Formats: sequence, structure tokens, C-alpha cells
Amino acid sequence: MARTEKAISKTSVNPRSVPKKKTKIKKGYAGWLFASPWIIGLLLFYALPVVSSLYFSFTTYSILQPGDFIGFKNYSDLIHDHLFWKSIGNTVYFAVIFVPLSIIFGVALAMMLNMRVKGMSIYRTVFFLPTLVPQVALAVLWMWLLNPGFGLVNGMLDKIGISGPAWLGSETWSKPSLIFMSLWGIGQAVVIYLAGLGDISNEYYEAAEVDGANWFQRTFYITLPLLTPVIFYNLVMGVIGAFQQFTLPYTLTQGSGKPNNSLTFYVSYLYDNGFKYFKMGYASAMAWILFIIIMILTLLIFWSSKRWVHYQGK
Amino acid sequence: MNTIKLKSTVAHICLIIASLFFIIPFLWMLSTSLKPITQVFSFPPEWIPKPFQWSNFKDAIEEIPFWTYLSNTVVITIISTLGAVLSCPLVAYSFAKLQWKGRNVLFGLTLAVMMIPGQVTMIPLFLLFNKIGWVGTPLPLIVPSFFGIPLYIFLLRQFFLGLPDSLRDAAKIDGASEWRIYWQIMLPLAKSAVLSVGLFQLMASWTDFIGPLLYLTNETSYTLSLGLQQFQSAKGSEWNLMMAVSTIMTLPIIVLFFFLQKKFIEGITFSGIKG
Repeated sequence: MARTEKAISKTSVNPRSVPKKKTKIKKGYAGWLFASPWIIGLLLFYALPVVSSLYFSFTTYSILQPGDFIGFKNYSDLIHDHLFWKSIGNTVYFAVIFVPLSIIFGVALAMMLNMRVKGMSIYRTVFFLPTLVPQVALAVLWMWLLNPGFGLVNGMLDKIGISGPAWLGSETWSKPSLIFMSLWGIGQAVVIYLAGLGDISNEYYEAAEVDGANWFQRTFYITLPLLTPVIFYNLVMGVIGAFQQFTLPYTLTQGSGKPNNSLTFYVSYLYDNGFKYFKMGYASAMAWILFIIIMILTLLIFWSSKRWVHYQGK
Repeated sequence: MNTIKLKSTVAHICLIIASLFFIIPFLWMLSTSLKPITQVFSFPPEWIPKPFQWSNFKDAIEEIPFWTYLSNTVVITIISTLGAVLSCPLVAYSFAKLQWKGRNVLFGLTLAVMMIPGQVTMIPLFLLFNKIGWVGTPLPLIVPSFFGIPLYIFLLRQFFLGLPDSLRDAAKIDGASEWRIYWQIMLPLAKSAVLSVGLFQLMASWTDFIGPLLYLTNETSYTLSLGLQQFQSAKGSEWNLMMAVSTIMTLPIIVLFFFLQKKFIEGITFSGIKG
């Protein structure tokens, strides 16, 4: 009350019509000033590196020598690089299995955690805890759990009469091992699914109950369709994340991608080229191919979403 | 009545089975961290350490320059978080509430930059920092956060957009400067969103691996992530000590989580729904 009075008296006493134009200029000035850290950051840490990266991808640049412009040679060399294709294969293998599994388990888990039973907050905490473990610690912990000789997993398998595989030491089982440990940390996606479940209006379920729908019908005709926007989000993030996998395989293999390069992922190979062999032009070309792959996949998912993503009230 | 009871029992059984998958690795980490090395290599595995060897934690800390790693990690984490919470809300506010020429173009660029994978900028940034002599120092992990991080700017902008303009207008009529309006009115209102962003950056910085791997070439400047990885490479079979280090590294985040549980969950949902 006092505030508005003061404001009114101020405006009426001080004739403020003159500086109006001035404040407009001042306003724009303030906007630029407030945004200036980011304008510098955008130029220095994003725009400039993006442009130079594109340029480097056409050169033989390395940290040791300036390098020559060689046109598309890096790109055409990549096409004939056996390990490049192997790294793409490994990455696609991981993405194609992990992303759908993470959606199925994530949604199932969220639905379980959305039930009304006592002590739910304890359960919710338990499944969220693994997301708090730093990636390097997570890798070390799972190396120990999956240790072929003395690990807990093979110990438990042994009890039921199965002699477990060598996990990370086996070419066949190394990627499935990585998928297990990644599934252990899906808590963040589950939190988003839980929020999505909470957003579904109760009216749908009430109407379904009146119509006598059973659990199966409620799940497949109400819950899942209305959860598709959140599934969509997690799908996009999951695919992007899967293609940028680095820390886990690096730590698990001390950067070697062993056994037999079965854990050499796309970004692992990019890192090796750039910082082990100092083929920075080659690595830059890989980075741009990665960018294009991610872009195309994201666009495909967006394009397909018209067919399977349903928004409430539409 | 009975069916309800049955239902909740079934629910609890399902939940407990699922929980086991998530909790057992933790218990195994703790159990191993307290075992003597001879018991670590017993097969079939035993759960209860015999005896409880608390000195593992002491040994682990002494075997690696733990305090150096810890203080390096703490310094990098705190300063880069400070940088993010100082710069991002300021820029976000400018995008959301101030009128200026080129604002929309710049915001469009910000969105575009968010989609570029970090690997594209990784090599030129390394060369840039190498040229100015920052490789080997923690500066590349700290300084950029003071110049804004696109994802956080985007999230905070969405938050500021939701705040009413009337407050700004009222303060303006009172003759408050743009800075005062931001610092004393709008920023306090965005406290919870800024806290979420701070928490993101804190977690990202604490657990970062590729950044330290690229830039911290000197062992005295290693962070915990890098230190643990090196320890694992060098002494791959001392699992009890490695589990002790992993426990120590995870514990601060878990403690933080118990204090700020709601904030963690809110932050993730916020980024998920708005983003």
C-alpha cells in the first residue's frame, strides 16, 4: 500500500517524461551487460572451437605440427579404418540394447514406486542411490562385482550351480556387463518417469474404473500412452548419452578397450586419436561425424514422435 | 480387506526384490572395504568381514596422496559451482526479462550450442588452453563456468519467464536500477532454481572424469576421480583399499543427498519437464 503511494507520488512529482527515451537505451544496455559473460563464453568456448574443429577436420593438424589442408581425406580414411567401424559397431550394440532396456525397466520401476504402500520413500531412496556414485567409482565397484574369480556375481551364480563367464574379460560378455552396470544407475530416468506418472490426471483412471477396466487395460490404454512424452524425452537423452559413452569403458579397460577392442566405443577411439596418437585432424573429423549421427538420430526420433507420442488433452 | 492386505504384501515383495539389485552392490562395496586382503580372495565370497579391518580406510588414504586429491577436487568443485551460479542466472534473467537488440538471435544460438556434442569442441579447446599455458592447471575446469553454461542458462530462463513482470515494473517505478531489481528482487525469487543448477554443477564437477583426464597432467593436481582411476590401474588387486576409496568418494554425495533430497529430485524433474 505504502509502496504504491510512494510510487504514485514519485511519478507525479518528478516529471519523468523526458528521460523515457534515455531509459530505453539504458534498458538495452543493461541487457547486453547482463548477458556479456555469456557472449564472451559463447564466442570463446563454443563458437570459435566449433569453427576451428570443422577446419581441423580437413587438415592433418596435430599438437606437434601445424598440419596441411587435405580436404576430405580424413573422412575418406575413416571409411577404410577398421577400428572406426568396430567402434561404431560397439556403440550401436550398446545403444540398441541399453536404451530400450532402460526404458522398459525404468517405466516398470517407476510404476512400482508409484504404488501406494507404506515405506515408499525408503524404496525410492534405495533405487536412487546408485545415481550418486561417481562414474569412476561405479566402474571400479562393478569390476570387483564381476571379477571372474572372486566377484560376488560369479559367487552367487556358483551357488545355483552355474559357472559364470569372465564378464569384462570376455569378448562376448564385456558389453553385456557394461549394460548391467549402466542399468544399475537408471535412477534419474526413473525420477522423470515418476514425475510423468504423477502428472497423469486421476480423471482418466476414475472413468476407467466406472467402465470396469482391469489393471492390464488401465496400464496399456491409459498409463503408457500418457507417459509417452516422458518416454520420448528419455529416449532422446538415452540415445545421445549412449553415443557419448566414455568414462565407464575407459576406466574399465584403463583406456585400452580390451578384450580385443570389444569395449572401444566411438568416443574412446576419438580420444585415442586426438590425445594418444595426436591425430587431431582425424579426431576432429570423427567428432563431426558423431555430431551428424546424433543429429540424424534425434531428428528421426522427433519425426517418429508424431505417431507415438500422445499429449494429455489432445 | 484381505485382498488389500494381499495386494500390499505382493507389492512389498516385488519392491524388495527390485531393491536388492540396487542395494547389494553398495553393501558389497562396504563389506569389501572392511575385509582383510586374504578374505577378499576367498571363494565362495563371504559377506561379513572377519575381523572388521577399519585400518583399510587409513591405509587407503595413506597409499595415495588422498588429501591432495581431495583438496584439488573440493577447490575445483566449489569454484566452478560458484562460477555457474553467479553467471548463469544473470544471463538467464537478461534473456527472460530484459529487452535488448539481438537477444532472440543470441538465445537461438544458445539453444543451438546445447545440441553440439562436447567432443566437437574438445580438441580446439584443448589447443586453446594449451596455447595459453593452462594445460596442467585446474583453470580449464574452473574458468569457463564463470562465462555461463548453456543448459543451465536455458533452464533458469524458463524459470524467470514464469515470474510475474509486475514486481519488476513496481521496482522500476520506485527507481531501482536494473542491477538492484535483479540482485534484490528477482534473484532471491529464483533461489530454488539457482540451487538446483548449483547442485547439478556440483555433482558434475565432483564426478567429472574426462576434464581432469585431459587437463590435469601432473599427479599433484589430480582429482579424486582421476586418482581412483590411476590407483586402480597401478594396484588392480587391492580391492579392499579400492572399495574404501570408492566409499569415501561416494559418501559426501550421499550425505548431501540426505540433506537436500527434495532438491535433487526437483532438479531432475525440472530439467526433464522443461527441457
